Amino acid sequence: MKIVVALSHVPDTATKIKISQDRKTIDQTGVSFVINPYDEFAVEEALRTKEKFGGEVIVVTYGNDNAKESIRKALAMGADKGILIKGETNVDTLTIAEALASEILPLQPDIVFCGKQSVDYDSSAVGQMLAELLGFPSISTVVKLEIDNNIIKAEREVEGGIEKCESSLPVVITTQKGLNEPRYASLKGIMAAKSKPIEEKFFEVKQNRLVVNELRLPESQRKSKILGTDATAVPELVRLLREEAKVI
Amino acid sequence: MYNKILVFLEQRNDEIKKQSLEAARKGFQLSKELNTELIGIVVGNEIKNLNIVSEHGLEKVIHLKNSKLKNYSSTAYSKLISDFAKENNFNLLLFSHTSMGKDLAPIVAAKLKAGYGADCVSITFKENNLIFERPIFAGKAIMNFSLNSEFKVLTIRPNTVSLTENGYNVNTNVEVIEVPESNLDLRSLTVDYVKSEGKIDVAEADIIISGGRGMKGPENFYLLEEIAQLLNGAVGASRAVVDAGWRPHSEQVGQTGKTVSPKLYIACGISGAIQHLAGMSSARCIVAINKDKDAPIFQVADYGIVGDVLEILPVLKEELKKYVN
Repeated sequence: MKIVVALSHVPDTATKIKISQDRKTIDQTGVSFVINPYDEFAVEEALRTKEKFGGEVIVVTYGNDNAKESIRKALAMGADKGILIKGETNVDTLTIAEALASEILPLQPDIVFCGKQSVDYDSSAVGQMLAELLGFPSISTVVKLEIDNNIIKAEREVEGGIEKCESSLPVVITTQKGLNEPRYASLKGIMAAKSKPIEEKFFEVKQNRLVVNELRLPESQRKSKILGTDATAVPELVRLLREEAKVI
Repeated sequence: MYNKILVFLEQRNDEIKKQSLEAARKGFQLSKELNTELIGIVVGNEIKNLNIVSEHGLEKVIHLKNSKLKNYSSTAYSKLISDFAKENNFNLLLFSHTSMGKDLAPIVAAKLKAGYGADCVSITFKENNLIFERPIFAGKAIMNFSLNSEFKVLTIRPNTVSLTENGYNVNTNVEVIEVPESNLDLRSLTVDYVKSEGKIDVAEADIIISGGRGMKGPENFYLLEEIAQLLNGAVGASRAVVDAGWRPHSEQVGQTGKTVSPKLYIACGISGAIQHLAGMSSARCIVAINKDKDAPIFQVADYGIVGDVLEILPVLKEELKKYVN
């Protein structure tokens, strides 16, 4: 089975966000980048799929040279090879999907995995867009997956419950926490990753549909009123919630 | 720039969801400002409560109907909506940022080669230009942006448009279009929906009471469940307690869990890691109860009590009982 993982390289979730001087980008000084946490579930599921059905796992990412670090991590976990598509990074989600599709389509994958969203721009969109560009159906936010006779049975997390979905292959699956427990790369895996190939490609952005006017930090106007240091403060809290905040 | 507005009305089990009505109202406001046409589109079989849209500004609704469209199918729905938009020149499409909306809207956007903006908290029309705002990095920053493509597809964050304001009553004309079976792309199909037993989802709750490590163990979460039930709210959890296996991931609030914006968020024994704060700091009112007076959660709270949650929660429950029910 030809298995592709599309992953993204993002600032660690512990990052305190600062805005650059141009007010349009994030200040990357001192920011450490990691593999997108949801993409780890994608890599793990891809590896399990390979272990079950055979085949190869190819990791594809769009970004700059630094993104190789995340590709190496996936290779260390067990993926077979990587493709880094270099191109302009502050672009709209569909452009990112187009860049990924341009390299993934010729691979003719049976299944493509990616995280349900990247924790930087949070659009939850690239996976579904990629599916459309590849001409595949997609199932997003998957917490359980079975592949049986070319039929995909998946469970996706939705408000207040679980949706059970079915689809044909080829398909794009976007992965949610709960699907699996991603493995740690072994020392052997890390050593092996060093000699696995990472192919470099270039994508020329023809139309960036996104115009960023400004990034800003959210303003907090919280009262931060400390009402007491034990349960005797509770009646006052309830009174304020009723009379001042009017939320209960 | 001329934009005709199409609002997607989401139905589950034949009922229009509340979040779609917010999108309808947003569409109505924009159609007035842009002086342009607005219609709603619903895909499904029978729709029980479609008349509700007349309270939310939709004068016209297209109902694309087939018994096989009762359950969501991303392949079928996306094709029908994008074909309709293309054929009728609707180039501003609004969805709600719900599980269905965020699955469907990107596919529609890709079919239309549209610029896409997810999870918008604001859409305004200024100097002949549509300006959008959306939180990024789980709310650690806000992006103010425009889209320069012909088609624009946006999803609107739930709980950001008031459904109680007056001025949205209209007469609604519903046009039912029977969709022939040959036009249904059902490669991906929802076959069943299993509701979690009797609980309100954190993503949809108006009131959330969340627990962290300060709850000391899974056995104490009943304290939160009792209060959640009393207030008709939901129980949330910090990443630490989800990773420890005390609570399911579906309850996790924060950057790798759910981003929530309820009217009241009560954080119990949660210190307030940056990832957690990102997921809940847009709540209208925040209460923090924590032993450590220096915990970062107090910085984002409206009201705080410095103390042991296990002592405070039973008292809080009794006090709340006086006012509810």
